[in-house]
Amino acid sequence: MSELVLENRRLPTGSIGKLANGYWGMICFILTEAALFIYLQFAYYYHAVQPHQGPWPPEGIPSMRMALPNTILLLASSFVVWWGEHGTKHGRRSHQLLGLGIGFLMGAVFLGVQGLEWQNKTFGLTSGAYASLFFTVTGFHMAHVVVGLFLLLAVTVWSFLGYFGPARSAYVSIAAIYWHFVDAVWITVFFTLYLTPRLGLLWAAP
Amino acid sequence: MTVTEYERAPEIVAEGYDSATAAGLKALWETEPGIKGWFSTVDHKEIGIRYIVTAFAFLVAGGIEALIFRLQLAGPELHLLGPEQYNQLFTMHGVTMILWYAFPVLTGFSVFLQPLLLGTRDMAFPRLNAFTYWVFLFSGIFLYVGFALGSVPNAGWFNYTPLASRPFNSGFGIDFYALANILLGISTTLGSINFVVTILRERAPGMSINRLPIMSWGTLTISVGLIFSMPSVSLAFFFLWMDRRIGTHFFDGSGETQPLLWQHLFWIWGHPWVYAIVLPAISMISQILPVSCRRPLVGYTALALATVMTMVLGFGVWVHHMFATGLSSMALAFFGAVSILIVIPSAVSFFGWIATIWTGRPVLNTSFLFCAGFIIVFVIGGVSGFMTGSVPVDWQLTDTYFVVGHIHYVLIGWNLFAVMAGIYHWFPKMTGRLLDERIGRWNFWLMFIGFNVGFFPMHISGLLGMPRRVYTYPEGMGWDTLNLITTVGSYVFAIGFLLLIVNVVVSRRRGAIAGPNPWDADSLEWSTPSPPPPYNFVVIPAVASRSPLWEERLQAPENRSSIGEGMVLDHGKEIAATSAIDAQPEVILKMPEDSILPLLTALALTGVFAGGLGPMWWLVAASAVIALALTCVWLWPRDRLAQTARPHP
Repeated sequence: MSELVLENRRLPTGSIGKLANGYWGMICFILTEAALFIYLQFAYYYHAVQPHQGPWPPEGIPSMRMALPNTILLLASSFVVWWGEHGTKHGRRSHQLLGLGIGFLMGAVFLGVQGLEWQNKTFGLTSGAYASLFFTVTGFHMAHVVVGLFLLLAVTVWSFLGYFGPARSAYVSIAAIYWHFVDAVWITVFFTLYLTPRLGLLWAAP
Repeated sequence: MTVTEYERAPEIVAEGYDSATAAGLKALWETEPGIKGWFSTVDHKEIGIRYIVTAFAFLVAGGIEALIFRLQLAGPELHLLGPEQYNQLFTMHGVTMILWYAFPVLTGFSVFLQPLLLGTRDMAFPRLNAFTYWVFLFSGIFLYVGFALGSVPNAGWFNYTPLASRPFNSGFGIDFYALANILLGISTTLGSINFVVTILRERAPGMSINRLPIMSWGTLTISVGLIFSMPSVSLAFFFLWMDRRIGTHFFDGSGETQPLLWQHLFWIWGHPWVYAIVLPAISMISQILPVSCRRPLVGYTALALATVMTMVLGFGVWVHHMFATGLSSMALAFFGAVSILIVIPSAVSFFGWIATIWTGRPVLNTSFLFCAGFIIVFVIGGVSGFMTGSVPVDWQLTDTYFVVGHIHYVLIGWNLFAVMAGIYHWFPKMTGRLLDERIGRWNFWLMFIGFNVGFFPMHISGLLGMPRRVYTYPEGMGWDTLNLITTVGSYVFAIGFLLLIVNVVVSRRRGAIAGPNPWDADSLEWSTPSPPPPYNFVVIPAVASRSPLWEERLQAPENRSSIGEGMVLDHGKEIAATSAIDAQPEVILKMPEDSILPLLTALALTGVFAGGLGPMWWLVAASAVIALALTCVWLWPRDRLAQTARPHP
C-alpha cells in the first residue's frame, strides 16, 4: 500500500465529478436497475421457452417499422447528451444547453413513438401472458425513460440558471450516465422483444 | 455571501474532545432539540438506534404471534385458533421476523457502527439514511394496518402462486403484503447503496481495503449482494399485484401463465436474502470475538474472503428451495452441488473463531457467552442445512418440521444470538452505560436453553413426518410430547428474551458508567467518548493497521495509527473521502444538514403504495407528484455543499 502523507495536501471540496458521492451512488443505482431488467427479461424468456399451444409471440412477430428508427433515435440521444456534458466541463455554455436540451427532446420523441407503438397493438395488457409481458417490460423501460427525462430536464434548467460549469458539473455527469444506462438497457429490451422471435430461437414446440 | 471554496489543504491538528475545536464541531453537527429536530435528524447514531428499536418492536410482535400458535400446537386436536387464523398468524410471524426484524436490526447496527468503525462522521448519504429508515418504518406500519383491518396475508412468507393469486385468495391481505414488501425493498436497496458508497469511499485515510474492519466486510458484501438480488423479489411482488389488481397474467394459473416463475423470482432473491440476514451477524461475531479473546482475529483474510465467497455462491443455490417441484435432474444436481459447496466458506469462518478462542484468553462475559452459543447453533444449523442440500434427503424432509427446525437454527441462531452479543458489546457505546452482567447471565442461559429445547425437537418431529403449516394434528402420530416440549422451550426462550428488555430498561438509567473503551477493544469506535459526540471524531484518524487501538501491544513503533492528531475539517459539516482501495484522501465532502424532507418524501412514497390498494389512481398520482416535487427541492444544487460552479447571491 502506498505511503500516507497528509501534511500540506491540497484537496478539492464538495461534489466534484467522479469523486462525488452522488456519482458513486448513481453507479450503484444503475447496477440495481440493470438487475431489474435482467429479471424482467428472465420472466419473458421463462415464458417464451415453455411449450405453447400456438406460436410465440401469439400475435405474430412484432413489427420493427417504428421500433428500429426509434432505437436509433434513442442511441443518438446518448451522444448528444455526452456532447452537452463535454461542453459543461469545458465551459462552453451553448454546447451545454443545446446538448442537454436536445437530448431531452430526443428522449421525449422516443417516448411519444413508444406511445404510438402501444396504441397500434391489437392486444391489451390483460390479453394473455405475452401481452402482459410485452406491456410490462416496455412499460418499465418507458418509466425509466421518464425518470431520465426528469433528470435531463432538471440539469438543463439548472444549467440555464448557470449552476454548472468547469468547476463543478457532477450533477450533469450523474444525469448523463443514467441516460446512457436507459439507452443501453433499451438495446437489451429491443433484442429480447423484437429480435429473438426473428432468430427463431424461442419457437418451442407445442 | 462568501465565494464557494473549491480547494484547500486541511489543517492537521492534535485536539481532544474538550477543546474549542470540538465545541465548534458540536455546534455544526448537533441536531436541534425538540420535536422538529427529532423528525429531521440525519445523525447516523440516532437513526441506527431507531432501526434497532423498531426492528425489536417487530420482533416482539412476531414473537407474540408465534407464542399464540405454539399454544395451539402444544397438544393434539387443540382449537384455540381456526385454520384461517392459524394461516394468518404463521404467515405474519414469518413475514415479520424475516423481513421486518432480521435484516433491519442488522441495518441498525451497521448504520450506527459503520461510520464509527471507518473513522468518519456520517454515512455517505445522511438524508438518504433518514429516508430509508422512515420508509422501513412506514412499510411495517402499512403491513400491520392491513393486519388491524383484517386484511392479513395467509399464504406463508414465500407466498406461492397460484395460492396467492386472486382466484384462490380474495381480499386484500396478499396486496398489503405485496405492496409493503416492495416498499421495504426500496428502503433496503437504497440503504445498501448507502453502505457500499460509505464503505468504499468514507474510510479514514490509511484504512486500505486489507485493513477494513471485519464487520464492514459483512455489510459491504451483503450490500453488493442486495443491490443485485432485491429487484427480483420486488418484481415478483409487482407482477403478483398486477395479476391481482390490474388483471394481467403472469402467474395466476390461467392459460399460459407460469405459477412456477414466482418461485424462481422469489428464491433468486430469497437465498441471497438468507445470507443478508446472517452474514452481517456472522461478521459481528468476528468483530466481537477477538475483543473477548484478547487477541486479533485468526485468519482475517480467509474470513473476509469466505464472507464474499458465501455471497457469490449464494446466488447459485436458489433452486434448493424447489427440489420437489419437478425440475430436471441436471438442475437439481447443479444446485445441490453448489448448496453443499457453501459448507466450505462457512467452515472457514468456524475454524477462524475456534482458533481465535483456542489461542486467546477469553473473558467470559455475557457478550462472549452469546458468541460461544452462536458458534454452537451455527454448527447445528449448518449441518441441518447441509443435509437438506442433498436432493434425496430434501425430497424426504421438505415441507416437514425438519425444515422449520433448520430455518429457526439459522435465523435465530445465526441472527438473534449474534445480535444479542452485539447488544451486550455495543450498548455501552450507544448509551454510555454497561448492561448488567448478572441479568445478562440469566438472559443468555434462558435463551440458549429455551432455544435448543424449543427448536431441536422440531428436527425430530419432522423426521417423524410432521408436516409444517398444519393448524393442528391428530393424536397418536408420535408428535404429542415433542410438540409440548417445543412449546415449553419457546416460552422459556421468550422469558429469556424478556430479560434483555428488563436489562436495557434498568441499565439505561442505573448501569455502570462505561467510559470510552470498557472492553479494551481494538477498533476505532472505542476511541471516541461513549456515547460518541454528534461529529464522532474530533480529528479524522489516520490508520496504519487492522487494530488501531492495540498497536502499542502489537506493532512495531514506526507503524502507528494517528488517533488524536489528524485532519480537523471544520469549515461546515465535512468528511474526508478516500480512494476505494488504498484509502488515500481524495476530496473533502460537504455534508447536508438535518432536514424534514426525508420524512415528508417517505410519507409521499408510502401514499403511492397505499394507492396501490384498490387501486386508487388519484392517490397514486397525487402522492407521486408530491414525492417528485419534494425530491426536486431535496436535490436542488447548493453552493454551500460546493455542488455548483458559481457563487451567486
